[in-house]
Amino acid sequence: MRSVAAGDELPEQTFTVTRADLVRYAGASGDFNPIHWSDRVAAAVGLPGVIAHGMYTMALAARAVDTWAGGPGQVLELGCKFTRPVVVPDDGTGVEVLVRGTVKGVTEDGVSLALEVTCGGQKVLGMPRAVLRG
Amino acid sequence: MPLDASLAGRTFPATAPYDVSREKLVEFAAATGTSYDGGPAPATFPIVVAFRAMTALMQDPSVGIELHRVVHGEQRFLYTRPVVAGDVLTATLTVDSLRHLGGADILATRSEIVDAEGRAVCTALATLVHRGEGS
Repeated sequence: MRSVAAGDELPEQTFTVTRADLVRYAGASGDFNPIHWSDRVAAAVGLPGVIAHGMYTMALAARAVDTWAGGPGQVLELGCKFTRPVVVPDDGTGVEVLVRGTVKGVTEDGVSLALEVTCGGQKVLGMPRAVLRG
Repeated sequence: MPLDASLAGRTFPATAPYDVSREKLVEFAAATGTSYDGGPAPATFPIVVAFRAMTALMQDPSVGIELHRVVHGEQRFLYTRPVVAGDVLTATLTVDSLRHLGGADILATRSEIVDAEGRAVCTALATLVHRGEGS
């Protein structure tokens, strides 16, 4: 990220999320909350459907950041609020999550990025941001 | 029932040591759509260890959290260094603050993740929203 400057917009990245991805993430992360795989439980707690783990959506944002940075291990700080659930239908197609990034600042302490993570045109993470090694 | 105010400032016992294997990092990277090349773990991997500390908090009967009322509100990671295969990590969770807002309890938690030598690896800050009955 050495060649970037404040105001630069980074290439948008799109990720498809299917129900199978959520099952796989549940196993890998250890978070087996049934709202992330069971329509029955999701409906019982008033959700519009099975939703992605917030941490899965955050992992997609991190994946985009790693791609921009040229590989993992460059992130000094990563954070977001979980503001809107990503509903993932069991239709074999899934939904698309878009990650955009803008360089906010470049200092000796690192490169600060403001992210925008959307699904269906709506922001799903609140104030997602990352700081990378300079 | 709101959670007891004495929860604020409380530090819980460290989690059991977690051995970070290469195979686990391959699995986690694949589950988030990337591949593991033998170097640094994906940035959100420390949640696996922090989640154990958060689960212990939520299952501690002296705390009084009802799991099905908990929503993950916010997550931040501050990295001292990336996680790598071979690390043996523990997480020690502290409840930094507890607020009551709109019938919910808002817990700001901080899990300090350290390696086998006790050196800092990552701080995982999670805000947990414990919704009140009927909300």
